Amino acid sequence: MKLNNIPEIAIRRWPEIQIHLDAVHALCELKCEVSDLLDFCKWLSIETDYIFAGLIVEEGSSAWELRYVFYGDRDLGWVHVLTRQPLDDVTFPSVSGFMHAADWHEREAEDLFGLRFAGHPRLGDFVLHNDRWQENLEPMRHDFDGKKSVVHRAPDLEWRPNLIVEAPGAFAMPIGPKFSGVTEPVHFLLETVGEDVIRTIPRLFYKYRAVEKMAEGRTVESTLLLAERFAAATAFSHALAFCRAVESICGTKVPERAQVLRVLLAELERLRHHVGAVQEICESTALAVAASQTAMLEEELLRLSGWFTGHRYLFGLTIPGGLSREFDDAACREAVRQAQAILKRFDRLEEMLRVSSSFLDRLEEVGIITEQDALNHGLVGPVARASGVARDLRKIQPYSGYEALTFDVPIEKEGDGYARFRVLFAEARQSVKIMEQAVDALPVGPVLAEVRTRPGEALSWVEAPRGCAFHWLRIGEDGHVTRYRLITPSFANWHGFHMAAENFAFQDFPIILATFDLSVAENDR
Amino acid sequence: MSQWVRKGLATGIKTTRYPSHEETALGISPGLPLGGDYPEEQARELLERCPAGALGFRDHQLVVDYRRCVHCFRCVRGARLPIGWQEGYEWAVANENISGRKFGRAFDRSVNILVVDTGDCGACLNEVRQLNNPYYNMHRLGFFITPTPREADVLLVVGPLSDHMREPLRKAYDAMPMPKRVIAVGACALSGGVFGPSFVCDTDVRKFLPVDVEVPGQPPPPLAILHALLVTVGRKPPASLISFSGNIKPEEVKER
Repeated sequence: MKLNNIPEIAIRRWPEIQIHLDAVHALCELKCEVSDLLDFCKWLSIETDYIFAGLIVEEGSSAWELRYVFYGDRDLGWVHVLTRQPLDDVTFPSVSGFMHAADWHEREAEDLFGLRFAGHPRLGDFVLHNDRWQENLEPMRHDFDGKKSVVHRAPDLEWRPNLIVEAPGAFAMPIGPKFSGVTEPVHFLLETVGEDVIRTIPRLFYKYRAVEKMAEGRTVESTLLLAERFAAATAFSHALAFCRAVESICGTKVPERAQVLRVLLAELERLRHHVGAVQEICESTALAVAASQTAMLEEELLRLSGWFTGHRYLFGLTIPGGLSREFDDAACREAVRQAQAILKRFDRLEEMLRVSSSFLDRLEEVGIITEQDALNHGLVGPVARASGVARDLRKIQPYSGYEALTFDVPIEKEGDGYARFRVLFAEARQSVKIMEQAVDALPVGPVLAEVRTRPGEALSWVEAPRGCAFHWLRIGEDGHVTRYRLITPSFANWHGFHMAAENFAFQDFPIILATFDLSVAENDR
Repeated sequence: MSQWVRKGLATGIKTTRYPSHEETALGISPGLPLGGDYPEEQARELLERCPAGALGFRDHQLVVDYRRCVHCFRCVRGARLPIGWQEGYEWAVANENISGRKFGRAFDRSVNILVVDTGDCGACLNEVRQLNNPYYNMHRLGFFITPTPREADVLLVVGPLSDHMREPLRKAYDAMPMPKRVIAVGACALSGGVFGPSFVCDTDVRKFLPVDVEVPGQPPPPLAILHALLVTVGRKPPASLISFSGNIKPEEVKER
């Protein structure tokens, strides 16, 4: 099946549907009645090869507009299923019964917009914790002023978590939000009968900064700061996704040199991120020398970024229309040469780690995610690829010139901690391979094109180091942002984390967490 | 396992000689904009370009509020006449002894640090993590990260005070024994960065806790955080180059 067949099949089954096919952007928009929504999503998610990317809720002047985004391989392009309903009717059918990846999207929309999803088993107490916030507070609604502070409810001392395990001697062990050394805040409830942990229930959004709300009413330039700074370990990727959305709305053609340099920088970020992720795995297994060696490589990549771009986390580089600064060809070559040298040492560490039996014992068969689970939960990035899901937006929906580059998408089948560990190394090698090709193909010319801001909306995507990131942007008549939706890879992967943390020995917990490579900042936004 | 021992020994010593010597490696710091005497026209343009409200113009001087600088480089890149730039990393500024009891000599070589993340983007936190890598190795200076407030001497706060973390932060501070010190790290903790003020983020840790040492930057590089720790225990003087022009008036700051 191809994107072009979609309208034909859809019309046959739902004669009254409205279809808009945009061949240039490989995008098919289908407007359906709320009553048809379930059938429609069922058809796309079960009978076709489309994958659910995310749910975008928009509050229009008179109606709710819910946009279910689906994507697939190159031929399949993008399908947006749109459904509308007057503002006073807040109940929609829940699709998460058969499309589990939509589960958290619906919970978030319920908490922040006050929508109800009929049939969803567990709504409430998600982004805004019930023990702190008043009921019926809907911060994403337009009539809510995000700049004003709100009155909290008195702490509910009677609050108790929902526990599932019922067994003699079972108890719940709370961890967090502040735990261990230098960690991001997240709360875990481990349901345990002693040494063995039966279930793990993560509670997130301790870092909720309402980025989507704060973007509303800001200029494009000001929103870029939010896009870049909500998750710094992957700052460049998210800033790039935002800039691509702006460029798509404004019809800007980014100069070729800027495109190639963006690829170079994005891969530098991926390399640094993956080295950092391996560092955390080594540290979680308490293998001190390997942890120090990888930490040195991470610091060297941070210094390389700092020297090459002016900022260790690549802030302030990409802007709508291209890049904020020019890069010298010789400097690019030197940066790639240094990255190659660092990769060589990284590879050597992999060889050593793969024969360290005490290290492998901790990773192998730990935190297993099967391919079916990964697909059902819509997992993305290295975590999904370690479970055999070969999905990489750079390959299936190429952008910024990735289609012209030769690289592989490494996959592993086992889905355990060791598979995820190997995928990180393999991807780091591919990143350097891409950087080499980029620097060889560096065209001459400007790095910045003029952008004339105009109203419109667009979905953009990048393969961030942790997986698929989707940014939905709507610019209003006055040139200010009216809706900015961030669908991040960590949001997808945190949703599946509990599957890896089931029935394990307590001492494996930090290792499962480290191999899952999750960012709280990216999830909480 | 002997391969790891050999590997470790063969690597040799990588650690910086800071604080006894200056660190000169490339890429260790993003630097900061430099205020001072600028022609009015240029200053006005720079002011207009700053999205964070970190620049002000007063008495013919361009003043920089380092608490607000978020390293967007818009006063350098794309400006007709760029602002001056200062390299370096010794950025920590001390508010004298506001936490009460003196931090005695007992803390010279043994300080336990509790790190609390209140909504940080991950950059400041990662730079704190880097202090444990062999290049910085803060253990050699007697600084240790601790997971519990009960044995913590210094509370290191990063992030824009996200609402859900205020209660844990206060509890952590209350649980620390006296004498104790608070360090606020990064533009988000000092001014809310690009996030505050809002219904979930705030603008300043000082509203919640008595802050002894502040480090600007988004993120401050590891050496700046190390400098803050050394300032806290009195082994390094606070920054001389940096002055917080914290009294930039609201009308001097461009609306975001």
